Amino acid sequence: MYRYSEFDEAFLAERNAQFRAQVERRLSGALTEDEFKPLRLMNGLYLQLHAYMLRVAIPYGTLDAARMRRLALIAERWDKGYGHFTTRQNIQFNWPRLRDVPDMLDALAEVGLHAIQTSGNTIRNVTADHFAGAAADELFDPRPHAELIRQWSTDHPEFQFLGRKFKIAVTGAVADRAVTRAHDIGLQAVMRDGAPGFRVLVGGGLGRTPMIGQVIRDFLPDADLLPYLEAVVAVYNLLGRRDNKYKARIKITVHETGIDRVRALTEEEFARRRPHFAGADQALLAELRAAIAPPAFRKADSDGFHAARDSDPVFRSWTDTNLYPHRAEGYAIVSVSLKAHGATPGDATSDQMRALADLAERYGHDELRISHEQNVILPHVHLADLPAVHEVLLAHGLATANIGLISDIIACPGMDYCALATARSIPVAREIATHFHALKLEHDIGPLKIKISGCINACGHHHVGHIGILGLDRAGVENYQITLGGDGTEDAALGERAGPGFSADEIVPAIERILRAYLDLRRGPSETFLEAYRRLGLAPFRAALYPAQSVAAE
Amino acid sequence: MPREAFSQVVTAQDLLAGDVIYLAADDTWVRDLSEAEILTDKVVAQDRLISAARQTGHVVGAYLADVHPGRNGPEPVHFREAFRATGPSNHAHGKRAERRHV
Ligand code: HEM
Ligand code: SF4
Repeated sequence: MYRYSEFDEAFLAERNAQFRAQVERRLSGALTEDEFKPLRLMNGLYLQLHAYMLRVAIPYGTLDAARMRRLALIAERWDKGYGHFTTRQNIQFNWPRLRDVPDMLDALAEVGLHAIQTSGNTIRNVTADHFAGAAADELFDPRPHAELIRQWSTDHPEFQFLGRKFKIAVTGAVADRAVTRAHDIGLQAVMRDGAPGFRVLVGGGLGRTPMIGQVIRDFLPDADLLPYLEAVVAVYNLLGRRDNKYKARIKITVHETGIDRVRALTEEEFARRRPHFAGADQALLAELRAAIAPPAFRKADSDGFHAARDSDPVFRSWTDTNLYPHRAEGYAIVSVSLKAHGATPGDATSDQMRALADLAERYGHDELRISHEQNVILPHVHLADLPAVHEVLLAHGLATANIGLISDIIACPGMDYCALATARSIPVAREIATHFHALKLEHDIGPLKIKISGCINACGHHHVGHIGILGLDRAGVENYQITLGGDGTEDAALGERAGPGFSADEIVPAIERILRAYLDLRRGPSETFLEAYRRLGLAPFRAALYPAQSVAAE
Repeated sequence: MPREAFSQVVTAQDLLAGDVIYLAADDTWVRDLSEAEILTDKVVAQDRLISAARQTGHVVGAYLADVHPGRNGPEPVHFREAFRATGPSNHAHGKRAERRHV
């Protein structure tokens, strides 16, 4: 794993000392809240519904055992013994006390973690495919590039006061597991004439005005990555609107200016900036490639794995859902579900974090990933070790066999924590999971992505859920709006609104009606919900959702 | 239905813990909505809010929230205020944990 230099360590220490002094001045009354708020936000500290919340970046979702253990320690010492992993590959601590936050930041800095640019109108934590560096379908590991972007964007003087937040996602595979088309900039690996590069997308985003990103550059050689990104962000910085917060994201700039003009301006800016990149970035990229190299995969026979599959149905079911093909022979990628039926999606206790750290160290080449789907990944596990890994996971409540199924739900914190929420999302996720588990329909329904947001900001990605649920406040009552047919992959699509919303009591039965209709209408178990939806369109599902209305209309 | 009489409480967040607090009649801040002072006069309510908002050294984001006067003191009108008063619904943390201790 990449280790930070003394320079980086000194930078973090100094930044934390600065924040410690700012907190002192706030407590002494020397700073008002209006003065302090932008300072705390620059360090990832929010004030939420019930408490402060510290958001810590997990750059491109990559952790090692030492860092995971440090998160566990922080949760235990300064929070309530758990952390919440989010769709942006961050971890949020929901209960820090203001006075403790400088100590928490120091404890993070000791292992090279921080909360800088996890908030505010800056370039945020760079996210990546959570199977990066391991997946069989990958062209190349994009994490050296992601680390390059992280170093470039952190404290970049030109980009500390953008018109709005700015999010970059990277994938090295053809299958898009990083939702690159719903980011301000999406980077998709492409090989051309044997050389690595990226297709560059711009102007994607969810929130109030959801948009799918458009291609601004078909092929960008990776040597030009930083000057080109800098050109895109500089063009946005000048052109982007600052008169209206809701029209300030680059998606609106692209929409209003047109992709062709944004492309032309970017190319001009790129030509101006490129000569100033004198090769330091390329030297760094080479260094990062060496540091973020694949581990030494071992050879072993996997008889034990097959024997365990034959003899243990619980293990077999788990391997059916929670494994993904690895590029190295005899290895698998393990997705550890943080979605036990009835649990809060993305929450992990300190004990669970430590168990995962131990597993990574013992069986996983010391690597862990956090997925945007709010699960934890052990990217490199030999098949021979899977029975032992599974046993440890079982003992820690981490062996739920539901990856990609109905209970593997993304849910934002919603009104249980978030100050901006218009309704709750966590209880809806928990009820859907327990309801379909009790009906024993989960495996019958098959691959399905449900995504829930507690307000229009769409932190829970509801627009790209096969079934999206958006919680709203309708005249002082929680109301849930359903969208259908969304997709966050390489075939990205925004869901269509199904019709009027449902109350908190009605939402789970409504989801059940949609899924019973799907089970009736599908061509067979191999036709997924999304495929059936694409074949049939909204009408039959709408009829199932609103039986009274469709009878009335007949 | 007769229009409900005006009744509000002053609420804010504690600077140190960030938790939800309410202004009581004796000018102290309390954690429990039922102990908050019910303000039934608009002018008085504004006055109380202004003096609360001035205490920037230990409270953050003071505002007036609508309440129903109930048998055990004020009760929330909007569900957001109900969640603020009781804490998150997924874990017994925050106010839900504090309640269990009394
Ligand atoms: C809890 C405090 C949070 C606050 C105050 C907050 C605020 C916001 C706001 C205002 C937006 C809309 C931005 C825009 O469209 O200009 C947004 C979008 C988003 N947030 Fe959050 N959010 C929070 C938590 C989270 C969490 C927990 C996650 C991950 C689970 C998350 C991930 C996202 C994503 C993916 C989007 C939509 C993508 C986009 O930026 O277009 N946020 N958030
Ligand atoms: S979608 Fe809304 S409710 Fe959910 S975390 Fe984002 S801002 Fe909060």
